[in-house]
Amino acid sequence: MLLEIHEPGASPLPHADDVGVAVGIDLGTTNTVVAYAHAGKPEALRDPDGVALIPSIVAYRESSQATVGEEARRLLLDNPHNVVSSIKRLMGRGIADVKALGGTLPYIVEPGTGKNSMVQLRIAGKARSPVEISAEILRAARARAEQALGRTVDRAVITVPAYFDDAARTATRDAARVAGLEVLRLVNEPTAAALAYGLDKHAEGVFAVYDLGGGTFDFSLLRLEKGVFQVLATGGDAALGGDDFDHAVAEHFLADRKAQGKPLAMDAGEVKLALASARLAKECLSRQAEGVWSLDIGDLPSRHRLDVAGLEGLIAPFVARTMAICRGVLADAGMGVDGVKGVVLVGGSTRVPLVRREVEALFGQPPLQDIDPDEVVALGAALQAEALTVGSDTLLLDVTPLSLGIETIGGLVEKIVPRNTPIPVSLAQEFTTYQDSQTGMALHVVQGEREKVEDCRSLARFELLGIPPMTAGAARIKVSFSVDADGLLTVSALEKTTGMSQHVEVKPSYGLDDAAMERMLRDSIEHAASDMSERLLTEARVDARRVTLALDAALSADGDLLAGHERHQIDAARTRLVLAAEGGDRDAIAAAMEGLESIVKPFAEKRMDRGIRQALTGVEVERLAAKIG
Amino acid sequence: MSKIELPSAAAQQPPGPLTPCWSCKGPVDARALFCHTCGAVQPPRGIDHFARLALPAMFEIPIADLERRYFGFQRYLHPDRFAVKSAKEKAISQQQAAALNEAYEVLKNPLTRGAYLLGLKGNPLPGDGQTVNDPELLMEAMETREALADAKDAASLKGIADRARGDFETAQRRLATAFAEDDLEGARRTVLRLRYLEKFRDELRARAINIAQGK
Repeated sequence: MLLEIHEPGASPLPHADDVGVAVGIDLGTTNTVVAYAHAGKPEALRDPDGVALIPSIVAYRESSQATVGEEARRLLLDNPHNVVSSIKRLMGRGIADVKALGGTLPYIVEPGTGKNSMVQLRIAGKARSPVEISAEILRAARARAEQALGRTVDRAVITVPAYFDDAARTATRDAARVAGLEVLRLVNEPTAAALAYGLDKHAEGVFAVYDLGGGTFDFSLLRLEKGVFQVLATGGDAALGGDDFDHAVAEHFLADRKAQGKPLAMDAGEVKLALASARLAKECLSRQAEGVWSLDIGDLPSRHRLDVAGLEGLIAPFVARTMAICRGVLADAGMGVDGVKGVVLVGGSTRVPLVRREVEALFGQPPLQDIDPDEVVALGAALQAEALTVGSDTLLLDVTPLSLGIETIGGLVEKIVPRNTPIPVSLAQEFTTYQDSQTGMALHVVQGEREKVEDCRSLARFELLGIPPMTAGAARIKVSFSVDADGLLTVSALEKTTGMSQHVEVKPSYGLDDAAMERMLRDSIEHAASDMSERLLTEARVDARRVTLALDAALSADGDLLAGHERHQIDAARTRLVLAAEGGDRDAIAAAMEGLESIVKPFAEKRMDRGIRQALTGVEVERLAAKIG
Repeated sequence: MSKIELPSAAAQQPPGPLTPCWSCKGPVDARALFCHTCGAVQPPRGIDHFARLALPAMFEIPIADLERRYFGFQRYLHPDRFAVKSAKEKAISQQQAAALNEAYEVLKNPLTRGAYLLGLKGNPLPGDGQTVNDPELLMEAMETREALADAKDAASLKGIADRARGDFETAQRRLATAFAEDDLEGARRTVLRLRYLEKFRDELRARAINIAQGK
């Protein structure tokens, strides 16, 4: 581990002590949990009644602030039109995706403002993006943490389904920004669960994480060994979860209602109530054999009987889909179920007895039950937040869930980064022109496993222009894909014969346009703390600290090279930088850095000269080599 | 000052050329991962995957060694260690970790390791999509593909899969022998055959899924 020891007298980061604490947040489809870890011990943060779960439900009223959580859930019954649940399913989704979900969403969904942008919901007379709505939930999580810890919370590790694509990850990151939180890392939910489980139980070997939440399914295989958490393979479905169980039950009730000869026409609010009844039925049938539930539609309520066998018949197709995904991931990892030491269940939907039975049947062993499936992801996120800010000996090595590629001739996909590649990753592929004198090239970045572009998810399009006219096939265009540790993609293209390059920050097709993001930031209360200039100031301070620490190290190693007045000049420039970094003017910090760099330049040259002399004399060689390792 | 412990890969080698550290501007061994004066992480060098993981450039490397080195280097270079550092240090750590990941991915699989080693030895393989001029292999491919197309049930598929697995293992052993004997032409042929066998394994998987779904 990297141990930071300050020289006596050297000052640590300016304002280091009033930086807020970092928490872990599991932003779930159904519930959200926030946790905090100290000294390797994570703890879910609870309300005064001891409840950790914050229902991911947001209620809007025309005039006042949004309400989140249990109170919003109660409002669902009085005023269902102004209450939003399961917003996670719409993160980074376009209007076409929502249509593909089959009109099962009880919201008024509108296309976004830009071409190909994320959908919006019309609630309480206003169009709202899933990012804004998720930001409300994150704000509530943040408020919960600040209340429980009595400290400012401004940074977080946020978990996302491993199978979330680039657009959904970016949307999650944006939501945190709107809520005034700096995202230290996006961590995949099954990986976070494995971290919490593995560290708590000192588990070693290959473990499977079966994570069935309200709206997403993930299955990951991880190898746990001496503090290393290595994801071997992952798979899932970003639109498969307990919500689908609820929909199946609700449809069953409605079919039954039709058979009773009662009218089916419902408004959006009644749809939400029907789904709430279905959900209640599903939950009850985890504990009891049968029951009767009612649908309040119009003036004619209806009553519907359902038993466990009936429920299991309705949800079996969804459970079967999760099992097929598990088998695929095992095959990707090149292993059988006999190699799996234990199966960790995560997500509220794993409480359904049929799910547990099927998991046990596939793996030939009962799943591990000694962790709370609702809290384990947040606990892992909290551990990672501590690891990133304080330090840790554990190592998380995650992978890309979906292949990334480029559209080629004929609408086919050329994969550049295959799924299950460890991240961060940077891979490149060369392409060429297919027509004589072709001077431009349209690059279409897609994500997915299918061979045809139309079956994959479109991430971004950009054009490389100004290719010098050549015969077809002569140009050499190198397209590089870089995926960072958050799973976010950057693409760049380089024409090799001319060295002309283009660097593209992939703005997801189903993302937010800049105007929408700006408006959200303006609207948010935390604007002052989270806007761009504040982030740049923080970055400048961190860099100023790096420069002063590097200088201190250089002075303590080679300070004898300096005459008194040179040393004095450098010290003065250093002090100017330290003072500038304590102030709030980014330009002043940049100027002070530049000033210091130019004053230090002759010193740097003397140090290089000495280094070369020492290398040549040989006596110092071993010492140097030993230092470098 | 930062105290840095490094995996002692290059400890016994003589010092290399010096370059200025990007952060403190002082001299640093061009092979060093961190500046010995200011502790700043240094950008990855253009070296081969074996050197990246401090392994000898040979076919037979114990997987345990490979992983120990890979995990060892990642413990120091992964972006998770730089979350509160400057943007430049974060970016460099990402480059370093990506280079380690690429090296690990290529070297952990005997087939990609073999192909890569042939390239290092000046004997590169044809890229994807280019024709393989080996009549024996082409004949074998035709026959096994026919057998696969004829397989209508799980049992006959299992027979083909078992044979394919056996062939793959035999070819892997042959590859190790060829490299050990410095028979590069033999190694080249065997890598091409392994490539084909791996593709065939994917086709088998797809067929198995189709049969299971009753198609």
